Amino acid sequence: MNEPIKEFTSSIPFWQPRVIPLELEQASDEQLDAMKVTVSNTKIGEYTLVLALDPETLQQRTPLFNGIMYGRGGLSRAETELGAVAASVVNRCIYCAAVHANRYSQLTKDESVMDSIFTDGEDADLDERQKALLGFATKLSKCPSEATRSDVERLVDNGLSMGEILDLVLSASLFGWANRLMHVLGDPLHQD
Amino acid sequence: MDIFETIVAKASGISADSPLAGALSLRSDILHLTENSHEASLRPNHPGGLSHAERAGLACRIAKRNNEETLARHYESLFSVGSHALADTDFEGGHDTRIKAILRHTDLVTLNPKDVKAEDVSALKSAGLNDADIVRLSELIAFIAYQIRVVTGLRLMAQVA
Repeated sequence: MNEPIKEFTSSIPFWQPRVIPLELEQASDEQLDAMKVTVSNTKIGEYTLVLALDPETLQQRTPLFNGIMYGRGGLSRAETELGAVAASVVNRCIYCAAVHANRYSQLTKDESVMDSIFTDGEDADLDERQKALLGFATKLSKCPSEATRSDVERLVDNGLSMGEILDLVLSASLFGWANRLMHVLGDPLHQD
Repeated sequence: MDIFETIVAKASGISADSPLAGALSLRSDILHLTENSHEASLRPNHPGGLSHAERAGLACRIAKRNNEETLARHYESLFSVGSHALADTDFEGGHDTRIKAILRHTDLVTLNPKDVKAEDVSALKSAGLNDADIVRLSELIAFIAYQIRVVTGLRLMAQVA
């Protein structure tokens, strides 16, 4: 039997929804419109079909997600992914953590950072800038937030501009949102 | 819409003459989409089985769970009949099975998302929520978690900028 994955992994799991996804043939015009923002029309994933049950939020969320993760300028792509992973570790979203750890490792061509975060969490053996990014994003992801002014000062001390810090806030916050969908509405399973 | 009139900018106290105005302006698209998401989560055209009044009450409850008083007051400004009880963090739903399940789930996903299991989603179904309403509730809880963190982060940045 395929049990849900409980431990962090860099292998991207299969996501099995806990609710019944929309059937594409039954989609309303509003639902079709909300879904096509993300996907080429060839294949729509289960996750999108689940979120399409509430098309009004999906319609806004997709461009918002893409804007934060792939917007021009500001924080580097890899460091934006680090914010996403920090939140996903706090919220223990195995699926999001795997996807975004993978992107980070591909962008930096270095798997050791994510291996260390998956093993040691906040205490991972990283360089000072990485520690400052991970520390702030981790604390902001708690409920209530544990982030303080000194965590922001530490980012500044490590060379981050206010624009870059804003992008880190957005990426960690976005995964406070994404994790609460992905981890709540489905189970991560091993790919067969 | 002026980005400094968005809920996020106002709640974090950032105005056009703030040192963070420039950084915020570079992400004006994100601020607009955040505002649109707020409308889609709190005041959707098709609320389904989760009324506007319930959404405002739950949003306020979530803000209180995060000790976020400014946003709690903002969500209170959206209250209508039925919101108040849901925003009371001492209220667990009384004898109303549906409300009880919604409040339990809202608190769990807000405070301890890592502990959510398949049974927690089944419990919503048992209490009468259909799949679309479960997604609507999830989007609301998740969006508020995001909006609160953006405001918290901006406020800390403003102390340093």
